[in-house]
Amino acid sequence: MLALDVQELQKTYANGVEALKGVSLQVEEGDFFALLGPNGAGKSTMIGIVSSLVNASGGDAKVFGASVVNQRSLAMSYIGLVPQELNFNQFEKPLDIVVNQAGYYGIPRRVALPRAERYLKELQLWDKHDKPARELSGGMKRRLMIARAMVNEPRLLILDEPTAGVDIEIRRSMWELIRQINESGTTVILTTHYLEEAEELCRNIAIIDRGEIRENTSMKELLSKLDVETFVLDLREPLRELPACEDMEIVMRDDYTLEVTLSRAKSLNALFGELDRRGLHVISMRNKSNRLEELFIRLVDKGEAA
Amino acid sequence: MSTSLNWVGYTTIVRKEIVRILRIWGQTVVPPAITMSLYFIIFGNLIGSRIGQMGGLDYMEFIVPGLVMMSVITNSYGNMVSSFFGAKFGRHIEELLISPLPNWVILAGYVTGALVRGLLVGGVVILVSLFFTDGLEVQHPWITLSVLVMTSVVFAMAGMVNAIYANKFDDIAIIPTFVLTPLTYLGGVFYTISLLPEFWQKVSAFNPILYMVNGFRYGMLGQSDVSLATVYLVIGLFAVVMFAACMFLLETGRGMRS
Repeated sequence: MLALDVQELQKTYANGVEALKGVSLQVEEGDFFALLGPNGAGKSTMIGIVSSLVNASGGDAKVFGASVVNQRSLAMSYIGLVPQELNFNQFEKPLDIVVNQAGYYGIPRRVALPRAERYLKELQLWDKHDKPARELSGGMKRRLMIARAMVNEPRLLILDEPTAGVDIEIRRSMWELIRQINESGTTVILTTHYLEEAEELCRNIAIIDRGEIRENTSMKELLSKLDVETFVLDLREPLRELPACEDMEIVMRDDYTLEVTLSRAKSLNALFGELDRRGLHVISMRNKSNRLEELFIRLVDKGEAA
Repeated sequence: MSTSLNWVGYTTIVRKEIVRILRIWGQTVVPPAITMSLYFIIFGNLIGSRIGQMGGLDYMEFIVPGLVMMSVITNSYGNMVSSFFGAKFGRHIEELLISPLPNWVILAGYVTGALVRGLLVGGVVILVSLFFTDGLEVQHPWITLSVLVMTSVVFAMAGMVNAIYANKFDDIAIIPTFVLTPLTYLGGVFYTISLLPEFWQKVSAFNPILYMVNGFRYGMLGQSDVSLATVYLVIGLFAVVMFAACMFLLETGRGMRS
């Protein structure tokens, strides 16, 4: 069954900006789906329409078969949303924020209270449950929005840049939690600017740019399309002149650093051999950028050129 | 499922509103008590003692229903406009907009919150008035209560319309300052319209607050400048218009859904 079925979704804002130009997209139940795109691509507009915060100009979105346009109440009952920007009352306490949200989904207080406690504990917020939310750190506020989105135990969880501004330790613990949520059967749609996050977590992906879907496939298939990779090599000894190797594009960043771009079908052995002949030793090597990041930039650049 | 969802959602909004009213009691309950005490001292005691009777009643007694109604109107309106606009400004209105709750439940929840504040403050003003009168005997309790509740509901809904259209905090002060206060003062709180020249009596007939104040005064003291049927008709008409306006604005998502 489709968790989300977006058909020909259009949105033109009052100022004339065409944010979505007939976007269609399907997300299977149980999927962990990445929706990526540069700023202003239309990601948040699409999420806004699916969560009924934005009125569509055309098309429809169905959440587990319920139309956001014609069956809003039913469609919304399936969704949990973690928005990009903080949108809770900073004067309220985290426990009240989460329990009230449960109430808006028809969950009685006696059920909501233990459930809220469970999610606040899982997100390491319980010791702050009775402090005003404005006293929480930035990372805690983000986690509070996840707890709030989970309290109605949604079938579809939409996370709009959930880890923005969160330190790496907490980010990784959030990844773990979101992964567990997905493994328990909840479909997850994630937008993020941390592409390694999408690569680490998501099985399927769509890249949106200027209101159009540029790519919509599985993560594996997308990554297999990366035909060239760029490596950065750090040398122990300074390099006097560039080594010449066939089928490789070599750039000297400084005397001790080389940037090598080559086809994935080719081997780096020839380069190592050449460096060895010159008595140069490679002390470390890494990818210049995340694989998904490279693909992302290419797809978006292609869109710009078009 | 739907009835249970609506009921739990409604009680959650009401509870949240009541917690808010009580959390900021220094802004919600205390100021009307002080303001109304001053009205009773200045208009009732100092000036009222020279006025003597008004509409066949002791002047202090005459102004009690008007002052109660004035408090209920301003507080019901003020509660809705500040709470709803605050939710819109702080974006936590989105918590409700993304929920499965129908718009009429959201409206009912907020209106009930405003009603609670209106009745709470009205009760405080009646308590204050007991210090300045020889005790109040309510003539028609059901009329008193029904006019009070209906008026509070009408102004709560008017507050929501204001909150939806408001883009900044200044916008929520314009209507209370330039419309609500003049209409209330000219709505027969301090005088009976029979004292006015004929022309101004006709002009006053266009002021809806006149009917609300007089309906409430009739309930409490058995004295009114207008008929009871007209009172209910006017309040009922305004209730329908305000309800339709609120529902239209919530359905279209004006100022909340882009």
